[in-house]
Amino acid sequence: MADLLIELFSEEIPARMQARAAADLKRLMTDGLVEAGLTYEGAAAHATPRRLALTVQGLTDRSPDTAAERRGPKADAPEKAIEGFLRGAGVSRDDLEAREEKKGTFLYATIRRAGRPAEEIVAEVLERTIRDFPWPKSMRWGDGTLRWVRPLRRILCLLTREDGHVVVPLAVDGIEAGDVTEGHRFMAPAPFSVTSWDDYAAKLKRAHVVLEAEERAEIVRAGMDNLSFAAGLSVVEDPGLMAEVAGLVEWPVPLMGKIDDAFLDLPPEVLRTSMKEHQKFFSVADRDGRIVRFVTVANRETADGGATILDGNQRVLAARLADAAFFWENDLAVAKAGMGDWLDKLSDVTFHAKLGSQRERIERIAALAREIAPAVGADPDVAETAARLAKADLASEMVYEFPELQGVMGRYYVAEALKAEPSLAPSEHHAAIAAAAEAHYAPLGPSDDVPTEPVSVAVALADKIDLLTGMWAIDEKPTGSKDPFALRRAALGVIRIVMGHGLVLGLDEYLLQAFIHHSGKWKVTSSSKVTASRLEEELYLLATRSSVDESTLVSSYRELTSQSPIDHAAFRDWLNAQTAERGEDFSNYDDYILLQANVSDRPDLLSFFHDRLKVHLRDEGVRHDVIDAVLTGDRTDDLADVVARARALNAFLATDNGENLIQGYRRAKNILEQAEEKDGVEYSFGADRKLAETDEERALFDALEAAKPALDAAMEAEDYAGAMERLAALRAPIDAFFEAVQVNAENEIVRRNRLNLLHAIREAPARIADLSRLEG
Amino acid sequence: MDAPRSFQEIILRLQAYWADKGCAVLQPYDMEVGAGTFHPATTLRALGPTPWTAAYVQPSRRPTDGRYGDSPNRWQHYYQFQVIIKPSPPELQELYLGSLAAIGIDMDLHDIRFVEDDWESPTLGAWGLGWEVWCDGMEVSQFTYFQQVGGHDCRPVSGELTYGLERLAMYVLGADDGNAMPFNAPDAPIPLTYGDVFREAEAQYARWNFDVADTDMLMKHFEDAEAECARILSQPHDDPRTGRRIVMAQPAYDQAIKASHLFNLLDARGVISVTERQAYIGRVRALAKACADAFLETKAGGAAA
Repeated sequence: MADLLIELFSEEIPARMQARAAADLKRLMTDGLVEAGLTYEGAAAHATPRRLALTVQGLTDRSPDTAAERRGPKADAPEKAIEGFLRGAGVSRDDLEAREEKKGTFLYATIRRAGRPAEEIVAEVLERTIRDFPWPKSMRWGDGTLRWVRPLRRILCLLTREDGHVVVPLAVDGIEAGDVTEGHRFMAPAPFSVTSWDDYAAKLKRAHVVLEAEERAEIVRAGMDNLSFAAGLSVVEDPGLMAEVAGLVEWPVPLMGKIDDAFLDLPPEVLRTSMKEHQKFFSVADRDGRIVRFVTVANRETADGGATILDGNQRVLAARLADAAFFWENDLAVAKAGMGDWLDKLSDVTFHAKLGSQRERIERIAALAREIAPAVGADPDVAETAARLAKADLASEMVYEFPELQGVMGRYYVAEALKAEPSLAPSEHHAAIAAAAEAHYAPLGPSDDVPTEPVSVAVALADKIDLLTGMWAIDEKPTGSKDPFALRRAALGVIRIVMGHGLVLGLDEYLLQAFIHHSGKWKVTSSSKVTASRLEEELYLLATRSSVDESTLVSSYRELTSQSPIDHAAFRDWLNAQTAERGEDFSNYDDYILLQANVSDRPDLLSFFHDRLKVHLRDEGVRHDVIDAVLTGDRTDDLADVVARARALNAFLATDNGENLIQGYRRAKNILEQAEEKDGVEYSFGADRKLAETDEERALFDALEAAKPALDAAMEAEDYAGAMERLAALRAPIDAFFEAVQVNAENEIVRRNRLNLLHAIREAPARIADLSRLEG
Repeated sequence: MDAPRSFQEIILRLQAYWADKGCAVLQPYDMEVGAGTFHPATTLRALGPTPWTAAYVQPSRRPTDGRYGDSPNRWQHYYQFQVIIKPSPPELQELYLGSLAAIGIDMDLHDIRFVEDDWESPTLGAWGLGWEVWCDGMEVSQFTYFQQVGGHDCRPVSGELTYGLERLAMYVLGADDGNAMPFNAPDAPIPLTYGDVFREAEAQYARWNFDVADTDMLMKHFEDAEAECARILSQPHDDPRTGRRIVMAQPAYDQAIKASHLFNLLDARGVISVTERQAYIGRVRALAKACADAFLETKAGGAAA
């Protein structure tokens, strides 16, 4: 038995990669050792900014000897075949054993493999682990070829047994394994050798290295609490920052510093962003929640108790906050003047070359928010005003400097603008309008809350729908892993907002509106995707509305567009020439044609929403075939309705009634379809109870009749779970029917009646889902 | 090491330190560049197998950073100190820390950190991994192991250090206002501050960069530089006059540098939209790549003579 100690000592490893790297080292090493025939009792891995360390306890000294038997050719097989077998098995002729079997005499070889010492296996597995290590990003250095996250400097690899320790002989790209490591870069730089895991851990601590990240975090936490408690303050919790800070230091020393009073009037988000994102400082708040101090975590102790370090950090922060305060003052002046300067500036900022400026985008969002408002319970005027102001902060100095504060600053600036110009909206809506500037970006991530204020909801939906329709219109859809405009996130955002509020919203109508808002923007080009047949169709419509003779229009059009791509400009000129004398004007031809073109974009975009919905519901545990089944009919753009039907069907299928009803449905459908195919007719004529011959048949008629009012009522109320229950009640009569009744009766009238009855069964659930899309 | 007293003393000490470590101390490249990396001593010499070591100050220009000389820490013209060693030596971090000690930073009192920061230059088609180096929370240098330049893998890898001299000097000299820091010795017969040297020029350039520069002319110059770069590189390698093989990688690269700076000027004028921006960057990158290809055809780039 031996204990294995490995340390891979390198230049500074990025904080965000350390925990994962330690886990990978443990997994790759222990898997490799076990695969090679060793066993172990326990293992643990750790990471600091400069090292990955692994301890494996109770490792066996050798892999076991093994013997495996292999059957070869028959004893009388040709010599060549036997030679091939000997080569493959790595044995000689004398080692073969002949055995009598039913089908003749066969040759058997026993392949023996001697066990190997742990040293050899460890060396092999470690070299492979180092060479194939799954760093998210790795590099070469000097004139070597090895890749590591940053230059790898030392490999420490020991096997420790009761009688002492041995260095595992191993060299990777010229780096020889040894028993030497180094302590803290500045506090204890001298190299030292170790004999075992315990010796390593103890000497490291003396050399000012805390090996375990959790212990470093604990030191930071305790230190911060002491410092803040003594001052009557408390640290603002931030687990993400804690994990990062613990990965930036080997010897954590928290130091608490002051924030100059001059900066305490800045919005707390500005303080926090400056401190956290740029300096990795924790925020310390007073009893009222105001941020008044910071904690920085140094990587060392100093003779002056950290005074120099703290002074430097305070100066850096003061410089950053002085910048921020300057931006804040300048921005407030613009905000108090109604933010007009910013909106003007946004006219010159391109959102996308094909979709115009940010200002144009804002105008589209405002118009769309107005249209959406009634459906989400918001006042249209208020929603429009909120949308117009919500993105003004993009032109502010603060957001230019700290892009992550977009929206947050908007909330402050819109509030100021409304205070200065109360006439922009009724005062009772001011708070909601300001809130929308921030909330309309939500939800950004899967754990982010959806906006709740109706005004925010309207603007958030308009923002996302404008983005999606715009990108669809110019063919910038996401492909594979590429989604540079975060369109998947936008679509999921719409879905989560709709689901979160149970909004009854015919999405298609708003997609159409959004496409119309876009249509004024682009010009028809030869690369436009309007197809000839599509255009032709539209031309008939055009012709009926204009005084141009229909056949002239179409034949001339065909002539002009016989070549591909279509020369729209030529056609428009021709059209105007044709109609000029009658005073017609087709100057809006471009818009008209593009709008028509985008008619085909809408179903495509809607199915993109459906794809996102599938992913989202699958995470919720809804079967994917259930979602396919409910994505039929003409209400698939009402996402809340789709979700309600999917959930009801999913729950129903999990019951016995559900499963059996599906069986009955399938049976009905199969028989019916076979008959329809054979007879070439559709059996959708109402079945007549009078023609029923058996009790089971009549019972089914009665059950269908009885279920109908309740089913209709449930459907009317969109109570899909209730509707499913009604359908479930049909299970017994359907089963009994199939048990007792022969559908394809001799009597043609009876047969047709029964087929029409099956039709009623097939159609009963159609308004909820197309059950034929279910698997199984 | 006692503390330096002026901006120039910091430069002199860095030069002396790296000269002592064996670097060729070069002078700034005589063209307008956005960063020290653009100096051919870095961009071109990082390519190919030939060992190389150099240190130099590079005046650099970022038109968008202009603040009319009013900002305590931003200027459209500023200095970088650049060190490049190929192949990167194993003790590069220690060498770097030695340079901080040389300019008076006491390692026993300060907190020096290597914080992940991957470097990428989209206009040079270059990237590397490394860190920004923090001194008491202040970024004082960029430390990069070049992996690719001009689209070519770097073999061997160069280690590159970039010191932002103004920020570093402000920190070392304890100045909150960069314009107020001493440029020469404070007790010199004619003591000058950084602001005395640059402030007026900053205002002039800010005005020109932001409002006066003729954008049509700049675009024309951009296209000229682009065309000339391509024309130079399209010449046959064998010079008809001397009969020698002369690949003109560096004259072509000068044109790439010009195009890059002209793009920066256009950007500062705000006449380049977000999407056009990518296109311009792509055009400069294409030039830089073509120059890198050409450099590898030269003797310095490792081609057989």
